[in-house]
Amino acid sequence: MRTPIAYFLVASAALFTIGSVGVLVRRNALVIFMSVELQLNAVNLALVAFSRMHGSLDGQVLAFFSMVVAAAEVVVGLAIIVSVYRRRRSADVDDVNLLKW
Amino acid sequence: MAADWIVFWVCAPISIGSAIAMLLQRNAVHAALFLIVNLFTVAVLYLVLGAPFLFAVQIIVYAGAIMVLFLFVIMLLGVDREERLVERLRGQRTAAILLGLGVVGEVVFAIRAGVGFSTRAPAGFGAANGGGNPQALGRLLFRAYFLPFEVTSILLMVAAVAAMVLARRRERPVASAERRAQEPIEPSEPSEPSEPREEEPVG
Repeated sequence: MRTPIAYFLVASAALFTIGSVGVLVRRNALVIFMSVELQLNAVNLALVAFSRMHGSLDGQVLAFFSMVVAAAEVVVGLAIIVSVYRRRRSADVDDVNLLKW
Repeated sequence: MAADWIVFWVCAPISIGSAIAMLLQRNAVHAALFLIVNLFTVAVLYLVLGAPFLFAVQIIVYAGAIMVLFLFVIMLLGVDREERLVERLRGQRTAAILLGLGVVGEVVFAIRAGVGFSTRAPAGFGAANGGGNPQALGRLLFRAYFLPFEVTSILLMVAAVAAMVLARRRERPVASAERRAQEPIEPSEPSEPSEPREEEPVG
């Protein structure tokens, strides 16, 4: 393995940042969700890279658990988006302003 | 030139480029397709990092199941909707991009301080990966991480029940969208708090 671990970590940081900019900038709830997935995925990449660096498998187990949590989160989140869409006929996060002061 | 070096420099730019492309797509389906490309390249990076089991799980669970679910919901909500490009808060986009650059700079600085740009991984995973990566991972999962693993199953069950409860059609309080579409002349329905707005091209 010739590639320094830090390169993977920098790639992971870039992906995480792109994901968080997506969450901040986009309006469509589905695309926001995809950006959240991107963030989770970036963190998984960092975990696997650290696991390789330390020569132990704990990071991979953690990444595995984070994948499971991501799957559960997607299921619930998409159900919420569908139910909001049924009420408001829109998946735009700006249209969901019932709790806005 | 080591193989992992080449694979990294092929896959990392593709993954970052497809993530940026996902951000810039106005159509949700195209964004989902770019995200699938990104997930595949990250899976290849897992392979380079010595995690073949996570490589398979990433492709099966993320690029397969989760993205199919996403596309399914996108199709359900309508594909032809595009986002409004008007900013509700002025300067939000520039602020987000500037803050993002700040975060990436900060994290790179932290990596340089904490890990260092020349640290290479130890030669092999041999000791940790005794008998193959999936076997070693399974041993760890069912011994050291047994309780979290079982809690995970409860989490998945709760998520499945939650999805059913949330996506169920309630008869009275929420008049279902399809019924409204089927019977346009409905005898004076009690005024809903959230009547759909007229002709707003929302995305």
